[in-house]
Amino acid sequence: MEQPVETGQSPRPDARAEPQSVAVIAATVATPDESGFTPGTIAASVAVLVVFLAAWELLPRAVGVPEFILPPPSKVWSEFLRVLANERLLWHAGITTLEIIAGFVLGCLLGVVIGFVLGLSPKAELVLSPYILALQIAPKVAFAPLFVMWLGYTVYPKILVAILIVFFPVMVNVLTAVRTVDPDMVSLARSFSATRLQIFRLIEYPASLPPLFAGLRIAATLAVIGVVVGELVGGNLGLGYLLTYGEGQGNTAMVFVTIIVLTLIGIVAYAAVALLERRVLHYIPKVQHVAV
Amino acid sequence: MPNVRIEFRNVSKRFPARSRDGEPVTAVLNVSVSILDGEVVSLIGPSGCGKSTLLNMGSGLYLPSEGEVLVDGRRVAGPNPQVAFMLQKDLLLPWRTILQNAEFGLEVRGVAAIERRERAHALLKKCRLSGFESHYPHQLSGGMRQRAALARTLAVDPLVLLMDEPFSALDAQTKMVLQQDLARTIAAERKTALLITHDLVESIALADRVLVMSQRPGKIIEEIRLDDLPDRDNPMLRRGRPRVQEYAARLVELLHVREKTEAESI
Repeated sequence: MEQPVETGQSPRPDARAEPQSVAVIAATVATPDESGFTPGTIAASVAVLVVFLAAWELLPRAVGVPEFILPPPSKVWSEFLRVLANERLLWHAGITTLEIIAGFVLGCLLGVVIGFVLGLSPKAELVLSPYILALQIAPKVAFAPLFVMWLGYTVYPKILVAILIVFFPVMVNVLTAVRTVDPDMVSLARSFSATRLQIFRLIEYPASLPPLFAGLRIAATLAVIGVVVGELVGGNLGLGYLLTYGEGQGNTAMVFVTIIVLTLIGIVAYAAVALLERRVLHYIPKVQHVAV
Repeated sequence: MPNVRIEFRNVSKRFPARSRDGEPVTAVLNVSVSILDGEVVSLIGPSGCGKSTLLNMGSGLYLPSEGEVLVDGRRVAGPNPQVAFMLQKDLLLPWRTILQNAEFGLEVRGVAAIERRERAHALLKKCRLSGFESHYPHQLSGGMRQRAALARTLAVDPLVLLMDEPFSALDAQTKMVLQQDLARTIAAERKTALLITHDLVESIALADRVLVMSQRPGKIIEEIRLDDLPDRDNPMLRRGRPRVQEYAARLVELLHVREKTEAESI
């Protein structure tokens, strides 16, 4: 009997494969739009922003809130142009950005390495787990003054706070990911006589990438927080310094400008990680991604 | 006279107790099975009777507490290239394409890229997955994924295939198609196979012999030779034979299925 025997309604051998392949193609074509954004939802999002800005512009004035308490968007915009021209906004933003990048990269590398080491050696994790937990509970930003005392009014204490704050979510995610790799997958590799290194390279490492990226996303936003707190504590560099400077001047609009620029930097950092994630984890069905 | 491919010789396996005051669990007790070259043997038994433990010992993932496993007369001391296994889960790596998944075993064994690509292509074709080489596992149906797993298993060209309920996660129709595919492939390649299943008809339709295991600690309590059933390479045809029903009735009796249903209905 050469002819494959089929059951049910499809007697031809390829009759079953065909509808499946069509379904697969349909799914592939459909995925790029499955994030759920449509022109309608985008328009609605923009509308929310417009309404918010209008309310911010008009309401405080109507209720009689003075401008030095809550400057309207128009005032914030003119202040933005002033800070840009007179207060070296881009210079400070650049320094903050570099600190964020340095802290993020170093903290993540440290988190990945230690996460894998502890993930692969349960004994070491058992020994270190009380201290890891203690450090994780300790408010990392509280270390900022200490680091400034140690390293002075330079960029280093800021980077150090960022490293410390970024390290934990990345390490914990990698650690848990390594632990939750399907043991049957490891058995499969072992049954092909895989070495320990191969099991790591071919199974454990790629399997922990999705949780690693989840950790990196959190880390991207935390890095901004770490750096800003470091800058608030001391020094004359970065957006955190501009923030305290504006505060000292009683310049509410300048504080707003700084907060907005910091938020924009945070968004770019997050988007960069999300973009990289989409590149690296392209094999994961898009439906599993969430918009936020 | 065909020679013995894989032999379990007086094999027992005990696992350490889970709790401190618990007793060690004996999963398999004094099992002896020999499978000849080109033979397909199915192993059936109640759940938790140590079938999978037996299979893990066959593939060298566990070492027996007592006794030994021999492949081609040589003692199995760990995973070895002669034996490959296939589980209920397809265990395709989600970050690899179907082609890369089929190449996996060859890659682990250090086969050159061009050669393994060629072999994987050929096997995917044999498993009727041509055209899906660059798809990712999540884009395929359960049956296609299990066929890809079969291609990956066959790619390393093992002498012995150990299968642990490879079709139990599939729907009834897909299952029959895959059984057909498997039976033909095994016959064409003259592979030796041990098939663990809890599906009575499957155990009869695909094998030359059926071994029945008891409750834990698992022992072989019966061996049924299916010498009078032709068409091992065509389970679809075999299923229709009246003898199959008789064998199935025999298995029902041996596995005490009837007593269990009565006990539960009281």
